Amino acid sequence: MAEGSSAAVRLRGVEIGFDLANGGRFDAVAATDLAVGDHEFVAIVGPTGCGKSTLLNVAAGLLKPSAGTVEIFGRPLNDINRQAGYLFQQDALMPWKTAIENVAIGLEVAGVRSREARERAREWLARVGLGAFADRYPQMLSGGQRKRVGLAQVLIRDPKLLLMDEPFGPLDAQTRLIMGDLLLKLWSEDRKAVMFVTHDLDEAIALSDRVVIMSAGPQSRIIGDFAVPLERPRDVGEIRHDPRFNALHREIWDALRDQVMAAYRDTSGAPAA
Amino acid sequence: MNRGILLSLQILVAAATLVVWYLASATTIFGDPKTIAFFFGDPVSVIKRIWVWFSGGTIWYHLGITLTEAVLAFVIGAVGGVVFGFWFARKPLLAAVFDPYVKAANALPRVVLAPIFALWFGLGIWSKVALGVTLVFFIVFFNVYQGVKEVSPTVLNNARMLGMNERQLLRHIYMPSALSWVFSSLHTSVGFAVVGAVVGEYLGSAAGLGYLIHQAEGVFDVVGVFAGMFVLMGFVLVVDGIVTVVERRLLAWRGGNG
Ligand SMILES: Nc1ncnc2c1ncn2[C@@H]1O[C@H](COP(=O)(O)OP(=O)(O)OP(=O)(O)O)[C@@H](O)[C@H]1O
Ligand SMILES: [Mg+2]
Repeated sequence: MAEGSSAAVRLRGVEIGFDLANGGRFDAVAATDLAVGDHEFVAIVGPTGCGKSTLLNVAAGLLKPSAGTVEIFGRPLNDINRQAGYLFQQDALMPWKTAIENVAIGLEVAGVRSREARERAREWLARVGLGAFADRYPQMLSGGQRKRVGLAQVLIRDPKLLLMDEPFGPLDAQTRLIMGDLLLKLWSEDRKAVMFVTHDLDEAIALSDRVVIMSAGPQSRIIGDFAVPLERPRDVGEIRHDPRFNALHREIWDALRDQVMAAYRDTSGAPAA
Repeated sequence: MNRGILLSLQILVAAATLVVWYLASATTIFGDPKTIAFFFGDPVSVIKRIWVWFSGGTIWYHLGITLTEAVLAFVIGAVGGVVFGFWFARKPLLAAVFDPYVKAANALPRVVLAPIFALWFGLGIWSKVALGVTLVFFIVFFNVYQGVKEVSPTVLNNARMLGMNERQLLRHIYMPSALSWVFSSLHTSVGFAVVGAVVGEYLGSAAGLGYLIHQAEGVFDVVGVFAGMFVLMGFVLVVDGIVTVVERRLLAWRGGNG
C-alpha cells in the first residue's frame, strides 16, 4: 500500500498489552505498522494466539492500543469505528431476534422506518441465499447459515470498511468455498476496504489483494507482506490450481512455517522441529 | 411418547389413588375404615363437598380472592424485581454495598413476616399480596441481575458496531437478555405468588383458599381440608398450564423441544 492519506486503516506503531489478573502484563502485539488502502482486500494470517483478533478490535475501536495511533480514512480513531462493519469470530447474532430482525436492526437503530428496514433486510437475506429462513431464530440455523446472516447484518449498513475475523472458521471445506465465492461476489459490487483474518493460507490467497503474516505471540509483529497478483474475478475453488497460486503459496508458507511451529512449541512444550 | 397414552397413564395414577383411598375408607382391607376415614376423609364425601362448593358457587368467591392476591403479588414483585435488578446490575458499587443485605433479606423465612404484614396492611388482601411480593421479588431480581450480567460480550460488541447507543442497547440487548431469564423462572415465581397468597390467608384472613382450609382444620372437618387441598391443586395446575403456554410463546427463540 503506497503512502497517502486515503488509507482506510492506518496503524502506526501500535502496541497492545493486557493487564493480567495476577498483576502481570501480557504484551500481545509489538509495535506494528499496517495500512489498508481504500477498496483493498487485505488478508491477515498468523498462528493461533498471535493477536489477529486483537488487531481487528483495535481497528474497530473496541480496544485502545497501549501505544501508537489508529487512523480511519485519515481521521484519528477515538471511539467506536462508525465506518466499519465487523464480522466477529464468535457467534454475535442476537439470539432473541429472528434472522430478518437481526439483519434489519442496523438500519432501524439508524432511524430507517421499520417497514423499509424489513424490506431491505429481506432483499439482503435473499442475496446471501437465505430468503426462506427469514423468520428463523439463530438457534434454528446451521453454523454456515448464521455466518451468512451475520454477513447480511453487517453489509446492509453499507460500511466503507469491513473487518472479518475468521468468518468461515468453523465451516467445512465445501461450505468455505461457497462462502468465499459469495463474499467475492458481494465485495466486487463496490469493493469496500477489507481486513480479513484467517488461519487458512489457501483462503487468504484466493480472496485477497495482499496477504500480511504475523509472527507467533507474545509481542507478535508483522513479518511478511505479499501482493497477490491474480486477476479478478476469481473462482475460489478453481484458482488453487493456478501455478502462480502455488508458487505464492510456497513462498508465504516458507515464511509462515517457522512461526506456526513456534506457536505450537510454546503451547504444547513439544521439541522444535 | 404419544400424548394420548401419556394423558391416559396420568389419569390412571389419579384413578388408582382414588380407588385405594376409597377401599381404605370403606372396607376393612387396610384396617378399620372408621379410623382411616377420620384421619384421611373418604373420597366420596370429598368429591361431594367439592361438588357442593362449585354448584353452590361459594368457591368462586374464594378462588377469585386467591387469584387476585397471587396476580397482584406477581405483578408488583416482578416489576420491582426488574427495576431493581437492572439498577443493581448497571451500578456495581450499589450492588456491592447492598449485597449482604439483599442476601440476608432473602434468607428470612417469609412465614415470620406474615403477622407483621397483617399488622401493617390489615387482614384484607394486601397483607397476602405483600407476602407474595417478598417471594416473587427476589426470584425476579436475581434473574434480571444475572441476565444483564451474562450478556455475551460478543453480542454486545456486535450491537455497538451496528450503531446502537446506550438506550438502544438497553432495549435490544439488556432487556431481552434479562427478560429471558425472568421468563425461564416464570414457573417458580408464579408458584411462589400463589404460595404467598395461600399461606397469608391460612395465617389470618376472611376469604380465599387458605382461609377455607384453615376453617375446616379448626373444626376437625377432614373432608373440608382435603376438598380445599384438591381445589388448590387443581388451581395450581391450571395456573401452571397457562404459564407453560405463555412461556412457549415468549421463549420461542430458544428453540429445542418447546
Ligand atoms: N483480555 C485479554 N487479557 C489477556 N490476554 C488477552 C486478552 N485478549 C487476548 N489476550 C491474549 O492476546 C493474544 C492474542 O489474542 P487474539 O485473540 O488476538 O489471538 P488470535 O490471533 O485472534 O488467535 P486465534 O487465531 O486463535 O483466534 C493471545 O495470547 C491471548 O491470550
Ligand atoms: Mg482470533
